[in-house]
Amino acid sequence: MRFTRTSKALGLAAIVALAATGCGGGNGGGSGQAASDPGKIITAYSNEPQNPLLPANTNEVYGGRVVELLFEGLRAYDPSGKPVNALAESIESPDSRNWTIKLKPGAKFTNGEAITAKTFVDSWNFAALSSNLQNNGFFFESIDGYADVSAVKESKGADGKTTSTPAPKAQTMSGLVAKDDSTITVKLTQPEADWSLRLGYSAFYPLPSEAMKDPKKFGENPIGNGPYKFAKDGAWVHDQSISLVKNPDYNGPRTAKNGGVTFKFYTDPGPAYTDLQGDNLDVSDVVPSNALKTYTTDFPDRNSTKPNANNATLNIPGYNPNFQGEAGKLRRQALSYAINREEITKVIYNGTRTPAKDFTAPLLEGYSDSIPGSEVLTFDPAKAKDLWAQAEKIKPYDGSKPLQIASNTDGGNKEWIEAVANGFKNNLGINAEIQPFAKFAEVLNLRKSQKLPGLTRAGWQGDYPSLYNFLGPVWATGASSNYEKYSNPEFDKLLKEGLAAKTPDEASTKFNKAQEILFKDLPGLPLWYRATPIVWSNNVVKAETGWNGGVLYYNIEAK
Amino acid sequence: MIRYIIRRLLQVIPVFLGTTLLVYYMVFALPGDPIAALFGDRQPPQSVIDALRNQYNLDQPFWVQYGLFLKNLFTFNLGVDFTQQPIAATLARIFPVTAMLAIEALIIQAVFGVLFGVFAGLRKGKLFDSTVLVASLVVIAVPTFVLGFVFQLVFGVQLGWAKPTVGASANWGNLILPAVVLGLVSFAYVLRLTRTSVIENMNADYVRTATAKGLSRPRVVLAHILRNSMIPVVTYLGANLGGLMGGAIVTEGIFNVPGVGNKLYQAVQRGEGPTVVAIVSVLVLVFVVANLLVDLLYAWLDPRIRYE
Repeated sequence: MRFTRTSKALGLAAIVALAATGCGGGNGGGSGQAASDPGKIITAYSNEPQNPLLPANTNEVYGGRVVELLFEGLRAYDPSGKPVNALAESIESPDSRNWTIKLKPGAKFTNGEAITAKTFVDSWNFAALSSNLQNNGFFFESIDGYADVSAVKESKGADGKTTSTPAPKAQTMSGLVAKDDSTITVKLTQPEADWSLRLGYSAFYPLPSEAMKDPKKFGENPIGNGPYKFAKDGAWVHDQSISLVKNPDYNGPRTAKNGGVTFKFYTDPGPAYTDLQGDNLDVSDVVPSNALKTYTTDFPDRNSTKPNANNATLNIPGYNPNFQGEAGKLRRQALSYAINREEITKVIYNGTRTPAKDFTAPLLEGYSDSIPGSEVLTFDPAKAKDLWAQAEKIKPYDGSKPLQIASNTDGGNKEWIEAVANGFKNNLGINAEIQPFAKFAEVLNLRKSQKLPGLTRAGWQGDYPSLYNFLGPVWATGASSNYEKYSNPEFDKLLKEGLAAKTPDEASTKFNKAQEILFKDLPGLPLWYRATPIVWSNNVVKAETGWNGGVLYYNIEAK
Repeated sequence: MIRYIIRRLLQVIPVFLGTTLLVYYMVFALPGDPIAALFGDRQPPQSVIDALRNQYNLDQPFWVQYGLFLKNLFTFNLGVDFTQQPIAATLARIFPVTAMLAIEALIIQAVFGVLFGVFAGLRKGKLFDSTVLVASLVVIAVPTFVLGFVFQLVFGVQLGWAKPTVGASANWGNLILPAVVLGLVSFAYVLRLTRTSVIENMNADYVRTATAKGLSRPRVVLAHILRNSMIPVVTYLGANLGGLMGGAIVTEGIFNVPGVGNKLYQAVQRGEGPTVVAIVSVLVLVFVVANLLVDLLYAWLDPRIRYE
């Protein structure tokens, strides 16, 4: 560099000042020793949570990872996604509809309050009550009486827009009863075989009575029963960090192997990556897109890329005239055959995605990579051309406008969409292009109002490890995230039958049967499953991700 | 003098109303629904969304929204941002951090810029002068983000002299690295400005007179050359302080400084009108006060200037 003179002088000034304040990097050696230090606090990448830290109100990752460490539910998920009992002694049901939950004795919050059956009943009623405006209230929708506590009043404004305001008809769910201190009985509106799988999800965590008195205040300094607790009142320094320390009284499947976790907030993953290189941060689950090609060499032996329950699809709205009827079905198949999933996941994603084989995700119990109909997920240009030609004979394609694929362009979506569009162009001879948006919300608005001109990117991250969670909320008639309003009564029926099944195996069979219908209708084209790349510093032994792609912070050993 | 200051301060009112209106409208016109953007694929019940819309007056037409914002502003109630945090507390948290950074950068550019500039000017055409001139050109030519990443990697990661990022531990020591990066470009300008001024003043009549009078060289340089050379430099520095307070988005981003630039960027991305406008309002005040101070400094530096 030519400007050494000035920069040397400035650099010298910087050294003097840094030496004076005593804040060197401090990474002198020590990387060789593997002996772990159970009392040491580790630092982790995160960002400012969007809501006060109440379990049933937290539906985004940065708040979610904190809540999951602060609380413990009836069940917990082990690293592979298998639910194990945590606070629950047993969870039983003779008919998948009436459930009896027995609690282990002696569980307490960190403020000393005992956790009884009543704690759970109160917490769940609080979460489900519409006037409490909890983001995750709908997780209780299967419980008898949910309709009453979640009721809303719809009113039409002067401009014709409907506004819904909470108007609960009851304060508690009739199906949820605390029999005695250690027994909860739950009656569902219909049999749901996988209901107990959900009980490890954060919406089902217990809350101390303090939380319900002043939720907002509680959310600033939450008191929980999980493997960690807040380091002190005000441990959440907004826009900067959250400091958690090990909860010594915790006794469950997720015991902390370190002294605490400090989440450092970054508005951009770039600086976090640099911090990791300088051992100024211990673990990050977000690798900046420009480092996807280099993270395995930048962090040799200090990276992992494990698949998790997460998928991406390319949805084709049913209201698009080009994709309706028999011709539409053929065209949907043709599009699917024209996507080279193998190549895109390798070249663009560097192996952090794997080609999809179904509408759910691997790791889930009952997952199958060979569902009849799933052959449309292979890349076969000849077949694609052939199917497209067949469709042309039935009804000509309206190619007056290029086929657009709506997506937000941040987060590295542009590259793969262009690759997919090129696949359509080269293999089907149609004009295809990305329909770019600055923000995800803009696409979502189009999807909600049924105004997409073409296709759209979509994706699903599992809330709890169950096939149903990937099918019900996304493709069932009228479901909360079924924005393209796909509807097939046969599919709905099979889902219902799966939920009512006696055994998990039987349920999985039904759900996979339901997927066969999806493969016939192709309301969306499964693209790939995500694997989360993570990297860690020289200060920790190892880090890994769990079934949902979240880092298992409690399992990290510091050295 | 007092009347002048009052008049200047009164000018703040139209400037303030104009900028807030403009900025509020620009954020309002951002495409997309900011409330929907808070959630991903999994949207909460409609009643939750509607309640949030109502809380932030997003269900009202633009003029009502802006009016309510002004009303709240004048009753010193800035409300809460989209993460339910009081905006006043956010301002109280981010401005000291950025002020520290800006002051540090300002000191670096002022002290080093003037020092190097004066020496270069006094040794016009010599080796030192030409070296400094070329070096400053290089500094100006290299974009801030490149400097930022290079410094971060060299001093933060490879040499380990400083922490690569600032994060939660924002203090004078940790902010030096970003402050150097932030101050470096303006440092080059200050240097060149000072140098030109010094060269110009060296040939001025009063300097020749002072030398002829038999004044010592340091006295001539300090009292006559330097003081008169400072007028354009002070203007530049004053205008720069405002820029440093609000415009450090790139540097704050690279070094993860929890300051104004970072927050502003985030708030714009989220379409959080009230937060953006609250920050901009404070920035407007900073700009106005900084410019006023510069004008007052003029009068002190140049006795020919009088404010009535």
